[in-house]
This record gives sequence, structure tokens and C-alpha cells, in this order.
Amino acid sequence: MNLLVLLIVVPLISGLLMLVSPGNGVRNFLVRVASMLLIALSVLLLIPGAAPGLFSLADIHSEHINQGMFIAEMGIALYILYACIRNRKIIATVLILLQAGLLAYFELKYGHGITVARNLFIDPLSVVMAQIIGIIGSLICIYAVGYMKDFHEHHAEVKDKRNFFFFVLFVFLGAMFGVVFANNLLWLYFFWEITTLCSFLLIGYKGDEVSVNNAFRALWMNLLGGLGFAAGIVYLYLGSAHTVELDQLLLLGKTATLLPAVLLPAVLITFAGMAKAAQMPFSSWLLGAMVAPTPVSALLHSSTMVKAGVYIAIRLAPVLQGTSAGFMIAVIGGLTFMIGSFITISQSDAKKVLAYSTVANLGLIILCAGIGTYEAVWAGILLIIFHAISKCLLFLCVGVVDNKSGSRDIEDMDTLIINMPKVAVMMLIGMAGMFLAPFGMLISKWAVLRAIVDASPVLAILIVFGSAATLFFWVKWMGKLITVIEPRHDLEDTVSSNEWVPLVLLTVATIGVCGLFPLVAAVFIDPYLMATYGHTTAMTQGNIIIMAIMLALVMLFPLSFLNYGKNVKVVDPYLGGANTNTANVFTGSAGALQTIGMRNYYMEWPFGEAKLSRLGIATTVVFLLIMLGAAILCL
Amino acid sequence: MSMNLVLISALYVILAPFLGGILAGVDRIITARMQGRVGPPVLQPFYDVLKLMQKETLVVRKSQNLYILFFLIFIIFTGALFFAGGDLLLFIFALTLAGIFFVLAAYKASSPYSFIGAERELIQMMSYEPIVLLSAVGMYMVTKSFYVCDIVSFHTSLISYMPGIFLAFLYVLTIKFRKSPFDLSMSHHAHQELVKGITTEFSGRALAMIEIAHWYENIFLLGFVYLFFAGNPVLGVVLTLCIYFFEILIDNTFARAKWQLTLNSSWAISGVLGLVNIIALSYVLK
Repeated sequence: MNLLVLLIVVPLISGLLMLVSPGNGVRNFLVRVASMLLIALSVLLLIPGAAPGLFSLADIHSEHINQGMFIAEMGIALYILYACIRNRKIIATVLILLQAGLLAYFELKYGHGITVARNLFIDPLSVVMAQIIGIIGSLICIYAVGYMKDFHEHHAEVKDKRNFFFFVLFVFLGAMFGVVFANNLLWLYFFWEITTLCSFLLIGYKGDEVSVNNAFRALWMNLLGGLGFAAGIVYLYLGSAHTVELDQLLLLGKTATLLPAVLLPAVLITFAGMAKAAQMPFSSWLLGAMVAPTPVSALLHSSTMVKAGVYIAIRLAPVLQGTSAGFMIAVIGGLTFMIGSFITISQSDAKKVLAYSTVANLGLIILCAGIGTYEAVWAGILLIIFHAISKCLLFLCVGVVDNKSGSRDIEDMDTLIINMPKVAVMMLIGMAGMFLAPFGMLISKWAVLRAIVDASPVLAILIVFGSAATLFFWVKWMGKLITVIEPRHDLEDTVSSNEWVPLVLLTVATIGVCGLFPLVAAVFIDPYLMATYGHTTAMTQGNIIIMAIMLALVMLFPLSFLNYGKNVKVVDPYLGGANTNTANVFTGSAGALQTIGMRNYYMEWPFGEAKLSRLGIATTVVFLLIMLGAAILCL
Repeated sequence: MSMNLVLISALYVILAPFLGGILAGVDRIITARMQGRVGPPVLQPFYDVLKLMQKETLVVRKSQNLYILFFLIFIIFTGALFFAGGDLLLFIFALTLAGIFFVLAAYKASSPYSFIGAERELIQMMSYEPIVLLSAVGMYMVTKSFYVCDIVSFHTSLISYMPGIFLAFLYVLTIKFRKSPFDLSMSHHAHQELVKGITTEFSGRALAMIEIAHWYENIFLLGFVYLFFAGNPVLGVVLTLCIYFFEILIDNTFARAKWQLTLNSSWAISGVLGLVNIIALSYVLK
């Protein structure tokens, strides 16, 4: 059996087994085995010869599969319709009816005439995505075993549906593999809709009113994207392109005269990707998704869901290159990056900070896709890789802190460096990975800036302001972690090995990938770019050496702790009064005892969430409309 | 990277603290004259640092000075990268990394005054970063290279292409030189409502290292200013020194601003002038 098919089917089957497993022990065992199996299968893709070569998979052909998918799709639509009507959600009801109606009409009327040469395919880009889904996704599942146990102990009010939870997690992973391996757009669309459904189910897991509402918000926004996707497929087939295959679409996009046949479908599918990647004006669904248990957030933010969105956008980037519609997509991505980063400054809930930073970073990737040059795509793929690893690590760390200390407010995280030293250090590494030279995201940001100045320098304005804001909110969080105010309480010894293993591996990966990034670029990104554009780009040798020196210097920092406490005299801090008893109490005027407090700046003005969100939504909606207009007129 | 550039970079590492110290000494004399005082001898900054070196090092948290050491290391690295003719973007990123070690040191000290100093330092970094990056973007648009060595050998002075970006850069330069009105996080003057701001809890060797890092920093900042005038080397050096004098004048004329004014004004000026200049450049260079 084919490796690609295995990667799609194995998670599905193991998910079904988890659904019917008799007890927690059996299910947890299954989760671990299935996760390790998935990691192994994904890694197997890297071995030359094990995976079928480029575009060589033409052997899966069956009317039955297509029919089965169609029936499953209609079943999903019916289920969503039922859920919408039961909860009286009008927008989602209308959207699912439109979408299912359009697709049923298309499949029943034209379905028999469609011939597809290749249903699945694999190339270096899908291999990269498969590693992210397989390895990071599986690590999150292992982490979830330990986390969900704690979660249900702390939240007795939530009904324990863990069998169902893990079932959905694994189906989600299977569908993600489907998304990145599908060449038949109807298949891609099928898997796409499954990821929408899975995220809907996972966000609503807690079952309280807020969760259900947020789940429906995620649902309608992604259904709107899905509607665009379906319309794109129908237009592609009924128009002069007359195909439903992704490789054909990309091939036609290369020729200027044939571009009109594929530009509108490409833009519509990218639109679906933007909704899925939580770009403004759709960013609110991803922020609402943080009500779900932390492994779900980690999964949605790092290896699944949003990554499906940016994957498809990056995939279609060659078609978008140089078009006005593509430029509009880049502007929307840039605005999302800038405004998302601004809003993050005003947030103190750790998960919300992470969520907004995801929205912002995805904006950067969408910007790369919209520009569509080989330099931009090079940067975009690097961003996908680095972001997945660091963001996953950060979510899992915050989950541990939340479970053990009972708070995920950044202002409560001071003294964490001595209360949970290992987790705090991992968080610091994860954050460094998100914004600091010489770590991953910064390498990508360097590449993004270079790509922009070659294509459309005006967009640099959005990047420079956004990235200044990123600096502010990450450093003040880092600072809070290392500030020490109260005496030590050890909170770390009850963290289970299910949580430690993924945390340690992700920490190693954050540093490792940044040391090995020239290799990653040479093995995956360059072959993909050569095949697609005939050009590739790279960091120059000199700059790689400089980055390596910086990395080595940063690595020396822990070593300096050998000198910890030597040749210094420890005193109490200056408090502007007479220090009394402990380091944070002083006797002020009139002999009154004062306790000091240190809180970060959140700058409600000018970075308040409500105002900036409204601004972001208003501007991006305008650009979205211009984008659609430009695509229809094929400018 | 040619041998020449390596040599210049090595010279920078060795000579910058001396030049920077003398610059600080001259600065103090000029400042004193502006205030109607005689001022200290020109070598006073060196005496100060040497004295600091001999003092006992007091800390609140045992690891706080380790961050300062890496702040100094990365500032030297940043300057060396600049004078070796390296990539401007990497130079800016390295500068940020250095600055972050400084800020984290102040957080680590866990004292309320250094905490607020750290916070303000971050606001200052956030205020100046956009236009520094936009300067690099503008220089790339004109010279087609991010490398300092290519930019400096461009045949025309860049200021004629990017006057808007230069003006905005000049505005935030006051922040970088830690001059009033934008010396929010720390200051050499005695108008510090935050005790000594970000450096409150640093003493002895650590404070000496901060001072030396400041000298290193001032030299490569002047180098960055020079990039705008590099088309005419002699005039370039004169103008660069004039700009430093201008900064001293500003320092002695303005009262300290609040963070709101610092952030809003520098972003507004960077955004407007930067955007206009870049749009103009993309038409002019077409």
C-alpha cells in the first residue's frame, strides 16, 4: 500500500479504535502507539526511494472512492446543518446550504464526466508539510494524554469525552495529510471540509455557552472560505481551464495568456486559505478557539488548520505572482501582521498573546504568498517551519503553567524562572525562536524583507512597524519570566513524562532547525523552488557564518552561569524608602509599610484591541473586495 | 569579505572605546559650556570607568550582571559587523539582540526602578526600530545592496535620494544617543525621576561595562549617519560630527518627553516621511 494513503488512513483507523476503546489506559496506549507510528511514517517520507517520486502517483483510481467521498461530504453537511439549526445559527445554516447545494449540483451534473490523471501527489513542499503535521501533530497528541488527565481533574464540570476527543484529533491529522497530498481539488476540498468540521468539534469540546458560540464562529468563517473554494473549483472546471487538478492549475498559471482561466479560481481558493489562516477580517475565529483545551490550541496554531490555509496560499503563489489580486492579498497579509502585532501589546492572557502572534505571523506568510516571487516563497516556507515548532512549544509550555499554577496571565508569571525553571527556560527559548536573532523567525523575517524590497518596497512599511511591536510584547513577557519577587514554590515536579517528552523534543528542534536551516533550505525548499520557478535563493555564505557566530555566542550565555554569584555582593533593591523585612516591602513616608508591585505596560491607548480590530476588519474587507474585483477583471 | 574590511573591523573593536570615551569627554565639555560651566577634563569619562572597575559589585539578583556581559559582547559584535561591511539587516537584528540583553538584565534585577527603566527602554527600541529598518530598505533601493561595504562606496551621497528617511532617522537618533528629550530609560543628567532608570541596580564593573558599551554604540551610530553622506568622504565626516553637535544642542535645549510623545511622534514621523520617501524612490528609480 502506498505511503501517502497510509498516512491518510492510519490516523483515521487509529482514531476509530480510540473512539471504541474500553478505558483510559487502553486509549492512552493507543494514542502513544499511533503517534509514534505517524512520526515514523512521516520520517519515512524523507528517505529517498521510500516515497514515490515527484508527481508519480497515478495508481489510485476508483469511482468508489469518489462516490464515497461525495456521500461522506453530504453526510458532514447534514450533520453541520443539524447542529446549526439546533443552535439557531442562521449565518452558518445559510452558508452550509449554499456550499452543499453548489457542490451537489456540480457533482451530480458534471461528476461523471470529470477525468483526473492524478488524485494524489507528493513534492518537497508536501514533504515539509507532512513532517510538520506528522511530527509536531503527533507530539501534541502525546502531550494531550497527560494534559487532558489534569484538565478533567481541574474541570469537573466538563463532561469527560476523551475517547471522542482523541478520535477527532487523529481524524484531523489524517485530513491534514489529505490536504497536503491531494492533487485532485475535489479531494483536497473534501479533506479541507473535514478539518473545518474537526476544528468546530474541538473548539466546542467544553460544551459551555462560550465554547459553543466560538465553535460556531469558527464554523461560519471557514464555511465562507469553503464556499469560495467550491466556487473556485466549479469555475475552474466550467471555464476554459476545464480541469480539477492542482498541477494543471499551476501549469496553466505559468503562461500569461492562459492566466485568466485560472486566476479567479486561484484567488478564490487562496481566499479560503486566508479564512482558514485566520487573516483579518477572519482572525476572530482563531482567537475564540483558545477556549478549547491547550492541546487543541497548539494543534490549530502550529501543525494543522491554519497551516492548511497558508499551505494552499503558498502552493498557489506562482499564479498570484505579479497580479493586482496577489498584491491585494499581500496587503491584507501585511495589515494582519501589523495590526495583529499591535493588538498583542495590549494583551496579558498568555494564550491570547500567542494567538494574536500566530495571526500576525500567518499574515507574514500570506504576504509572501501574495507577492509570489521565488524569494518570497522561500521566506514563506521557512516561516511555516519555524513558526510551527516555536509556537507549538510555547502553547504546550503555557498549558503546563496554566495547569500547575492555575493562571495563564503573564502578570502572574513572575518568579516562574525559579518555580518552574525547566519550563521557563523552554518558554524563553521558544520566544527567542519567535522574534530574536539568530533564531528561526528572524531568519525568515530577514528573507521576507529582502523579498519585499525586490518586489514591492512599499509593503516594508507594514513589516517594520509590525516587527517593532513584536519586539515589545515578547521581551516584556521574557522579562516577566525572569523577574524574581517572591520566595520559591516548586511547581514542576508533578509534570508528567507525557508532557516532558514533547516539550524537550520541541525545544531541541527550535534550536536545531535554526542551526540546520541551510540544510533544510537545500534539501526541501530549493528543489521545490527549482521545480516551480527555475530559480532559488539562499542566504550568502558570509551571512550564514555570521548567524552561526551569533548562535554560538547566544549558546555561550548559559555557560556564563558558571560564574553565577561569584565576586558579587547581594543587597536588597533600592525602593525609595527604608527596606523592611523582605525585598519587596519598604517603610515609606509617615512610617507606612508599602509593598511594591511591578506590572508591565499594556498601552490600552494606542494599542487597544477593540478599536484596532474594528480598524483592521474595516480596511481588510475593503482590500478583500478589491482583490475579488481585480481577480474577476484579471488585472 | 576582504582583508581590508577585516582590518577596519578589528581596528573598530580596539579603538572604538577610546574614540567613544573621548567623544563622551568632549560632549561633557560642550554641554558644560552651553550651561555656563567649565566642565571636566576631556579624559574624565575614562577616569570614571576606571574608578567603577575598582568598586565592589553590588547586585540584587546573582545572575543580573551576566546579561550585561552579553550586552557588551553583542554591542561589540554589532559594531564589528557594521565596520566589516556586513549586511545592514543583520546589523540591525544584532543590535536588537544586544539591546534585549540589556533590558533583560534590568528585569532580572527585579527592582521597581530598573523594571520601569527596562519598560521604557523597550518603548524606546520600539520607537526607533521602524525607521532604522526603513533606512536599510531605502539604501537597498538606491544601491541594490544591503551590504555596508557596497552602500558606503556608492557614487552619490544617499541623502539626496532619501532626505525624508534621513530626517526621520535624525529624529530617532536622539533616542539612540540617549539624549533629552528622549532619554526616558536612563540619562547622564541629574533629572532622573526614576533614580537611574534601567541602570539603577548596576554598580562597579557592570556599570563600567554599560558605559563602555555605550561608547562602542555611539561610534557605530555615527558610522550609520555617515552612510547617508558617504558619497563625499571629507564633507561626510564633517557633517556627521555636526550632527553629533546638533544632538548635544537638542539635549541641552529640551525637557524630557513622556513615553507617549516619544512613541507617537517618532512613529508618526517615521511612518509619514518613510512612506513618502519610499514611494518617491520607487518612482524615481524605475
